[in-house]
Amino acid sequence: MVEIPSGSAGAIPSAEVEDVELYHPRSWWTKYVFSQDAKIIAVQYSVTAISIGLVALVLSWLMRLQLAFPGYFTFIDADHYYQFITMHGMIMVIYLLTALFLGGFGNYLIPLMVGARDMVFPYANMLSYWIYLLAVLILAAGFFAPGGPTGAGWTLYPPQAVLSGTPGGKDWGILLMLTSLIVFIIGFTMGGLNYVVTVLQGRARGMTLMRMPLTVWGIFTATVMALLAFPALFVACVMMLFDRLLGTSFFMPAIVEMGEQLQHGGGSPILFQHLFWFFGHPEVYIVALPAFGIVSDLISTHARKNIFGYRMMVWAIVIIGALSFIVWAHHMYVSGMNPAFGFFFATTTLIIAIPTAIKVYNWVLTLWRGDIHLTLPMLFALAFIVTFVNGGLTGLFLGNVVVDVPLSDTMFVVAHFHMVMGVAPILVIFGAIYHWYPKVTGRMLNETLGQIHFWTTFLGTYAIFFPMHYLGLLGVPRRYFELGETAFVPPSAHTLNIFITVMALIVGAGQMVFLFNLVWSLFRGKEAGGNPWRATTLEWQTPQTPPVHGNWGKDLPVVYRWAYDYSVPGAAEDFIPQTVPASGGVTREVPA
Amino acid sequence: MAQTIGTHGEPDLRPAGLRGVAADFSSDQRAFKTASWGKAMMWIFLLSDTFVFGCFLIAYMTARMSTPVAWPNPSEVFALHIGGQDVPLILIAIMTFVLISSSGTMAMAVNFGYRRERHRTAMLMLLTALLGACFVGMQAFEWTKLITEGVRPWENPWGAAQFGSTFFMITGFHGTHVTIGVIFLLIVARKVWRGDFDQERRGFFTSRRGRYEAVEIMGLYWHFVDLVWVFIFAFFYLW
Repeated sequence: MVEIPSGSAGAIPSAEVEDVELYHPRSWWTKYVFSQDAKIIAVQYSVTAISIGLVALVLSWLMRLQLAFPGYFTFIDADHYYQFITMHGMIMVIYLLTALFLGGFGNYLIPLMVGARDMVFPYANMLSYWIYLLAVLILAAGFFAPGGPTGAGWTLYPPQAVLSGTPGGKDWGILLMLTSLIVFIIGFTMGGLNYVVTVLQGRARGMTLMRMPLTVWGIFTATVMALLAFPALFVACVMMLFDRLLGTSFFMPAIVEMGEQLQHGGGSPILFQHLFWFFGHPEVYIVALPAFGIVSDLISTHARKNIFGYRMMVWAIVIIGALSFIVWAHHMYVSGMNPAFGFFFATTTLIIAIPTAIKVYNWVLTLWRGDIHLTLPMLFALAFIVTFVNGGLTGLFLGNVVVDVPLSDTMFVVAHFHMVMGVAPILVIFGAIYHWYPKVTGRMLNETLGQIHFWTTFLGTYAIFFPMHYLGLLGVPRRYFELGETAFVPPSAHTLNIFITVMALIVGAGQMVFLFNLVWSLFRGKEAGGNPWRATTLEWQTPQTPPVHGNWGKDLPVVYRWAYDYSVPGAAEDFIPQTVPASGGVTREVPA
Repeated sequence: MAQTIGTHGEPDLRPAGLRGVAADFSSDQRAFKTASWGKAMMWIFLLSDTFVFGCFLIAYMTARMSTPVAWPNPSEVFALHIGGQDVPLILIAIMTFVLISSSGTMAMAVNFGYRRERHRTAMLMLLTALLGACFVGMQAFEWTKLITEGVRPWENPWGAAQFGSTFFMITGFHGTHVTIGVIFLLIVARKVWRGDFDQERRGFFTSRRGRYEAVEIMGLYWHFVDLVWVFIFAFFYLW
């Protein structure tokens, strides 16, 4: 590592745009409810996402209870089970993870981390939240609609999604789901344009793209991907709505339902799968990239060491984002396609492992000989790395056509994606909440409760999902309401199912500890001060904690260095904030 | 490597050539040095919208290629009976001409906007809106004609049912874009006429100062809608 003497990065350019005039709320309503302040919007997004996420958590308990004790809970019939699966998946992937990472963390962190007063279009940003809330309400309305929510599986594959054999197929369920998704996409686009333009055009003086914290890089790239991937879902939803409401046949082949020939004919169900997964695969990385970015910052801050290979990390994020648009058909190996396509998509899928592995190595090398503080954010970050590696390795199995085909639609797949895009990003979300809660509220979260939460969640999720790999290898299928007297499933699989269910209930209870901690610490938590983690990035340098409207007081911050000047030799402290002039010490930033 | 001279008189240490492009793009404050926030947002929105139309058109092509029933012949379907004979695609030709012309008037409006000639700008925007409204009107005529001939989203007299589905969906989605454009053209034209952009009057919802750039951002959207039409024209009517 070269040490760069001060001043070599050149003078800080003068301001290119005049300081923005903020909208100033005049009443309680415009200050706290219809607020245009990104920080309030972020909290609104987060609370809504976590609330609907709790519904998904309860649904997962119900599913597990059914799987462990089939026939015991009489209120769960096959239709309900499929409805639980569908709503659990859709809520978790879109309404919790996407909304929380981009709407929650994106809104809170982007303006603060790039040194802006707010998002560039606060009004559209506010609309984004309220439209998101509307989408959540439409989604939740499915539970109360005649026939209940759709039970088509979160992939909503036609033709079954709009037929009477599927719960909600001929009732309100599927309509509400499709409408909710369309509304969500419209709302997200408003927010997403804000996040992208704020990062591209709204940064502070001295904040070059290559000085941005990796958190911002992750959220930024994920938002760009979302803006390009959600259109495919939008189109698919519109077309399926027409199939269901107008009797068109975009996705509907000639089909007999309940002994009756339907009017449909000539449509292509495979077309829906292509559209869905053209959205669906980037969606995996829309959830993963913000997690990658956040975890990089958590590790660097709590290991008191600059991130290893910053530029490589940035490029890995960008390359993963780009590659994720040309791998979608690996979700469709069993749908039937030209073997040449299978070969192509398997190859691109495996290539993604390269930038991903670079990131994992860089995280580990950042930890190497670091001054590791086992704080709660660090524990969650470490848990993320191992969980993500585990989930990523099984991804190599499933990315290969010949290995995937026998494993497809077994519990192995469930184990894989829960590890890699369920548990891993959620661990980062927890870590990030423990890390930034002091900035949002001014108080620390309780350490003891946090430790209980961490160990229950980390060990518990392994106890849940590790055995599922084994179940999958035995051939236990996913999406089955009950296994019955299936010959190839040994009795041990049933015992294992009971074990998994018990662990799932325990992990769920652990989350209640976390929620209690969130509320309790709001009032009783230790005073945090402005920079409890002694971090370098801009959000910890605000004049007030929690930051007030406008973030920065009279003058916008000026950035003199990258975000990772930890433990710089010769510096007075083991961190140098980005706002400290270059003359105030050396830096480890690599010049452009 | 040649060095450029900085705007503030001091020697600029930024590199030249491709490295200079990269350095400029990743430099502080703004990636696109000449684009305002609004303009950058519109460009990125249009990129996203391109994917929406792209997905619609690809879905249409898939449907057209994979349907087991023959596709109706667009030259016959979209013909008008004029002067005793069928003229193929005549209405579409006029519609396309009108929409492309409206792009011309829009470009002139942007030009006059930056010259601060607000009455001319407003008149040209109104003309653009009028041409856009004509386009939507002719589209309504086309829809009416096809509907009276028996075309429905789920069936039509000539062949594959997907013909009607994709036709109504794609032209409808584009027509919605044009209609939204016309509405916003009228709103912005009113602001120009009233002199909002000269007085930097604040927006009703956003409370941001009005600027003539709004005309150009409006123009970006309008040109995009025209460009999309060219693709719909090529893929739907000429194929």
